[in-house]
Amino acid sequence: MSEDKDRGGFFDTGWRPSGDVHRDEDGRPHDHPGVREDVGLGVRASRALAMHELLVEKGVIGEGEVDEMTEAVNKRVPSNGATLVAKAWSDPEFRTKLLEHPKETVIESGFVPEHNADIIVLENTPEVQHMVVCTLCSCYPTQLLGPPPDWYKSFSYRSRAVTEPRAVMSEFGLELDEETEVRVVDSNSELRFLVIPRRPDGTDGWSEGQLATLVNRNSMIGVAAATEPGTD
Amino acid sequence: MPAVHDRGGWPTDDPIDREEHEWADWERQTQSLRTVLDNKGFMNVDELRRGIESIAPAEYEASTYFERWSASIETMLVEKGVLTIKEIDDRAKALRDRWGYPS
Repeated sequence: MSEDKDRGGFFDTGWRPSGDVHRDEDGRPHDHPGVREDVGLGVRASRALAMHELLVEKGVIGEGEVDEMTEAVNKRVPSNGATLVAKAWSDPEFRTKLLEHPKETVIESGFVPEHNADIIVLENTPEVQHMVVCTLCSCYPTQLLGPPPDWYKSFSYRSRAVTEPRAVMSEFGLELDEETEVRVVDSNSELRFLVIPRRPDGTDGWSEGQLATLVNRNSMIGVAAATEPGTD
Repeated sequence: MPAVHDRGGWPTDDPIDREEHEWADWERQTQSLRTVLDNKGFMNVDELRRGIESIAPAEYEASTYFERWSASIETMLVEKGVLTIKEIDDRAKALRDRWGYPS
């Protein structure tokens, strides 16, 4: 968050991403969400809260509707994608289906794509490494991976994923063979990508459940490898 | 010089900070509000991006991720006549007064 966190100046709202919620001693949030006493409430934060109040008052949205949405959003976690990858590793028929008919297969597996976006599933092999970025903003398969991490949304990842993907992967701990071709794919609002990382050696006979524990989020973005057995 | 959002066309050597910030409630609320508004046909993801991409470059650079969302949601709701800038100004001021923050 380097570029997001510390840049003040022209439009310094006072709010910083580390800002958290006030909580009572019993852990309940106070009635002023997103505020940290020492940095205050930023301009854009207060305008967002103001818009929410006004929209509820005008009946444009229901009173609890945003909270309900947040509950639904909280169910989007990287283990959703991991179950698909583990199944693809275990079941060749499912793997083919997932690669050839990704959207249908994702939906059949019980995951609803956000605003009906299309999805492409890409498989990493010793020959080809796919890595996903959204250079323009932050598009991401959230129904399978949860909300994108801060680094995925950062200016530096959005730029360097394009110009020096191998160096970026190296920072994430993945040293690729020089012979491995790198393909960087750029997401957009209509199209998201899920990467199937290479299945680690030494996992023969593992159940899907066991395999899923090796499928870390970054490996499904393609910046890292799946977790080696016994190292997590 | 590329447009401010076109970071793929804007080389940098800046390191990638992999630390996650803890989400503030208003950020979760803003993310969910956008989806609720999308489901009701008030703004889709393309409009979210258009709103973000029309933020003045200096503000774009200085803002956090969800501050840009807040700006974009405002642009769309005002453009579509759902809310007015004055209503948002007044309510934001009222909220800040209510919670004791300087306007």
